[in-house]
Order: sequence, then C-alpha cells, then structure tokens
Amino acid sequence: MSDTLLEIRDLKKHFPVMKGIILQKPIGLVKAVDGVSYSVGAGETVGLVGESGCGKTTTMKMILMLEKPTAGSIIFRGEDIRELAGKDLKAYRKGVQAVFQDPYSSLNPRMRVGDIIGEPLVVNEALSKARLRERVQELLNLVGLRPNAADLFPHEFSGGQRQRIAIARALSLNPSLIILDEPVSALDVSIRAQIMNLLQDLQEQFGVSYLLIAHDLAAVLHLSTTVAVMYLGKIVELATSEQLRVEPLHPYSKGLFSAALPTHPDEQREEVIITGEIPSPLNPPSGCRFHPRCPFAMPICSEVEPVLQQVDTGHQVACHLYKDVAVA
Amino acid sequence: MAQPVLEVKQLQTYFFSAQGTRVVKAVDGVSFTLNEGETLGIVGESGSGKTVTSMSLLRLLPPAARIVGGEIWFQGENLVSKSEREMRQLRGSQITMILQDPMMSLNPLFTIGEQIAEPLRIHRHMRGSRLMERIKELLRGVRIPSPEVRLREYPHQMSGGMRQRIVGAIGISCEPHLLIADEPTTSLDVTIQAQYLNLLKDIQQQSRLAMIFITHNIGIIAKMCDNVGVMYAGKLVERAPVRTLFNQPAHPYTEALLHAVPKLTDRSKRLWSIEGQPPDLANPPTGCPFNPRCPKAEDRCRREVPPEFQVGENHYTRCWLWEGR
Repeated sequence: MSDTLLEIRDLKKHFPVMKGIILQKPIGLVKAVDGVSYSVGAGETVGLVGESGCGKTTTMKMILMLEKPTAGSIIFRGEDIRELAGKDLKAYRKGVQAVFQDPYSSLNPRMRVGDIIGEPLVVNEALSKARLRERVQELLNLVGLRPNAADLFPHEFSGGQRQRIAIARALSLNPSLIILDEPVSALDVSIRAQIMNLLQDLQEQFGVSYLLIAHDLAAVLHLSTTVAVMYLGKIVELATSEQLRVEPLHPYSKGLFSAALPTHPDEQREEVIITGEIPSPLNPPSGCRFHPRCPFAMPICSEVEPVLQQVDTGHQVACHLYKDVAVA
Repeated sequence: MAQPVLEVKQLQTYFFSAQGTRVVKAVDGVSFTLNEGETLGIVGESGSGKTVTSMSLLRLLPPAARIVGGEIWFQGENLVSKSEREMRQLRGSQITMILQDPMMSLNPLFTIGEQIAEPLRIHRHMRGSRLMERIKELLRGVRIPSPEVRLREYPHQMSGGMRQRIVGAIGISCEPHLLIADEPTTSLDVTIQAQYLNLLKDIQQQSRLAMIFITHNIGIIAKMCDNVGVMYAGKLVERAPVRTLFNQPAHPYTEALLHAVPKLTDRSKRLWSIEGQPPDLANPPTGCPFNPRCPKAEDRCRREVPPEFQVGENHYTRCWLWEGR
C-alpha cells in the first residue's frame, strides 16, 4: 500500500432547504454527502462513480474548499485542512488542482492560452518572464499541443485540445493531487481515448494522484486503482477496480454493471435490473437508501441502515446480504 | 424480404452561407434502407452529419440548409418532392422523433396530458373520452404510474427519465411507421438509460415499428440495432449488420472507434486512440476525409475520394483498401 496522501473521514455536507424570502425558515435538510470515508494514496487513482445526486460533486467541492463540510474531516498529508492557514493553506491549494467537465466554460475566453496556463504560476511562484514562458512551453509540450498555442485564444481549439489546456493548467504547479470531474464526458469518442491515455501517461511520469469523478463505469474502472460506488450521499461499495470488475457485491453496483452498455452485440451479462428512479435526497428512504429499488431487498433493509463492512482485503460493502461474510 | 419502410438514396444536404460563397457538405451522398420492425443505428462524432441526416428525413432543416440531391422514399413516396403541407401531415403521425433533451422538447406551459393529446387531435381527430382513454393507455404503455393524476401535471414536476418517457408516448401516439430517436438517452443516468432502452425495444416489438437511432455511443448500437451506419464527415463510411460490424469492421475508422472505448470485462492498460481531430467540414481534407487520421492511409487516399465498395453481404465501406477485393 502506498502512502496516504488524502484521507477523508466521515465527511458530511447537509444543505438546509429554506422556505420564504425574508423570514426564511428551514423546512428540511438535503444530505448531499452523508458520512463518506476513503483515502487516496500517492500515485493512485481513486474513482467515485454514481448517478446524479449521489454526492460525487459535493465531495469534490469540499476537497477543493469550495464548500465547507458540515462534519467530518479532510486530512491532507497528515493535516486537517480546516486548520490550515497562511502559508500552509497556500501550499495545500497549490498541491490540489482540478480539471472540470466542460472545457468550453472552464477556460476564460478573453485570455490567451499562455496566460491561462501561466496564471497559477504568476500567482504562486515568482518567476521571471523568460522562465515563465519557458515553463508554459514545457507544459504545452507535455500535453501534446504545439508551442504556438500559447498565443492563441481558447475558441481556436476543439474540445479535446481545450481539455488538454485545462490539464496543462492543472499540472503547472506540480500538484500531488488532481481532481478530475468528468474529464472526458463532454468529448467525442475518438478524443476520449486520447485524453484518457494522456492522463495515464502524465500519472506515470509525475506520480500525481487522481481523484476521478464520473458516471461512466467502464471509464472509471479503466483509469482507477480503487473505486467507490456512491448512492444518495453514501458509499455503498469500496473496492479495487479489479475486485469490482470480477465480482461487484452490492446490488446497486451489480445494477450499474448490468445497465452499462455492452461493447459487443453478443455480450451477455448478469441481469440485475434496477427499477424506479433515484429518490429525492430531501426525503431519503429509511434503512438502506437503496431498498426501494433493490431486487434483493429483505424486511430488515427498510429498517436498519447497513454499515460499510470489510468482506475481503480492500473490499468493503454496505449491504445486509453480506452480514455473515464480513471479516471482523 | 420485407418491403422497406424507408429508402434513402444518395441524400445530399448542404449548408450555404448568406452570399452563397461557402458551402458545407453536412450530408454528402448518404444511402440506406430500413425495413419494418428493424432498427438502424447511425453512429458518428459531433459534426459528422448524423443529426442533419435525421432532420433531412423530416425536412426540418434550418433556413441555411437545403437538400440538393438524392431521394427519400417513404412508403412509396419521395419525401424530397413533397410540399410543406404534405410534410406536416406526415410529421407526428407517420414519422415521429424523440430528441435528446426532454426539457427542451416538452412545452413547460402545458400539462403533459395536453401535449400527448395534440397529435391525436390533429392527426386522428380524437375528442372527449376516447381521447382521454388513449392518453391514459399511452402513459401506461410507457410505464408512468397513476396516469390519471400524472396527465394533469406539468413537465417540471417530473424527473428526466419520466419526461423522456412522455416524449416517447407522444412519439408513438399516432402509431407511426418510423420513429427517429436522436441521442434519446444522452441526458439520462445509466440505470434510467437502461430502463428507457428496454422500453423502446418492447414498444418496437409490439408495433413492428421501424426505428433510426442516432447516437455517438457504440454501446447503444450494440444493444439496440440490427444494422449500423458509421458516419464520418457527412458520409456513411461503413454500412453493415450489427454483428458483422463488430466482428469484422472494414473501415479503419470503425475499427479504431470500436477499440477506443474502455470495456468492462477486459483490463488492457491502454486504449487505441485516433490521433488528430475530426475534420472541419467547411474545409475538408482532399481525398478520403479520414486520411489525415488514418494509420493505413496511402497516397491515393490523399488524392481521391473512395466510392462505396461491397465487402460482404449487406456490408459496404468507403475505403480504398477494399478496392477489387
């Protein structure tokens, strides 16, 4: 096991739902993230997979300090990020970078590409003009763009090239963790493979860790070492991507596999059909949050909420079906 | 052999700039046939012309675009030469369409009951209790629970999956012969997508409907389609039955596309990537449009546009590699 870079412990984010305009009254809580724990090792890729509303993006925002957690802690290199201040805080922000889903809105259309990539350097490191230019060229080269790209504007590039620019910007400060929020879902199929290969190459070269957030199970399994399957603010299964690929345990994970599209017309899959829709997080079901859609639901599922328990080395699942299999 | 529901021959749809100085050949010589109860998938990247193809079939093109050549035979009639009035009688009754975003294709100001009623009123002249019964039946058909209540609700009161099912109900309301689905599940979550695709399959089996699936997702093709057309830069570069396409892709683009998607089952470290970018149709490369990205490109590919060669039974490709084989 590699050294732990980032550890998340029992992280929670509850959003109050207000009623009224002036005299606001809270009428409920949306538990967007409700007790999530996992860790990211150095040089590792952890994938968070789940459908909309499962809390993937809120988790990411808390790590990027764009949202304040309601409870729980985020520990980066042994220090709780809420206690960071001054120089340490700046160092944390330098060490954690992000690449977002839509490269059409994540790049400022009024800035030249060279300035976009160089901005983090200008803010964080006092480099001479010549050195800055050199570094930008180096980064462009790394992500496979021509040196003259620095003088152009984002609109002169296609989606895939824009995503390369966003990756170059994220790499500029040599971060130890990059958060990838659906990095390829806005791109064309033939371009997706290019970007996924580029991300793997960069990881090999720099040993950077990735926290990958995506809804495409096949892409997450392909890129990640560890995968957390999330459903309505909770992790329902945590396993290495190999374990998950061979034997997904939680009925929801099985359903995701079954719902994933085949890559060949003759491909046969275990059919675990998930019926119904994702319930409102404002009023989640009692007990196991998945029980109304679960094909294996038992009476206990609507009453007692299952906890994540270890069933194998590095394989945890939150489901009553595996109570007896659990390793103490 | 069944009588084809739709036969498209050498369809060409071009976009013209205001002065007519620049021409973009968005659809350039597309041909295919579609039989009753069959599903044809058209797969391609953005800008490959798949949506313009489907819009051409319904003659719903923007003002800058014109069908400049080819024929669209639907039930023995050429749609290209039909008047706008005749087309209006076909749209929504004989040929219907499901679009990508159900929030955009439903009117937020009308209840869903009224929106399902509209085509039935116009095309089938249904009124009163018969109309009501039919709406409920359709809602039940797309598995909307308690239709009596739901038909009085507005689109915003429903989830994305339900909205898309309602669009589906509108699509099949007049029992069309042809349903065109343009990226119908792109905005849906995976489990909802699986439900929706299964629903469409059921509907098709019950009514022997012919369907065209426009998608960029090769997985949807594998799951849903009988025949496939791979579109690149306005042309169908390969046409084949689905199994043939997956087992023996003939065009280098198809082959690369099949290998560029990560698979759930096998754990190969690297994906095949297709270098370069899709071509700009305002300024296409000379010769085969795929040649700048093609690993097998030869001199001839850079000079001459390949015609369609037959590779096997019902299997055609536009690639010089297959000349004379």
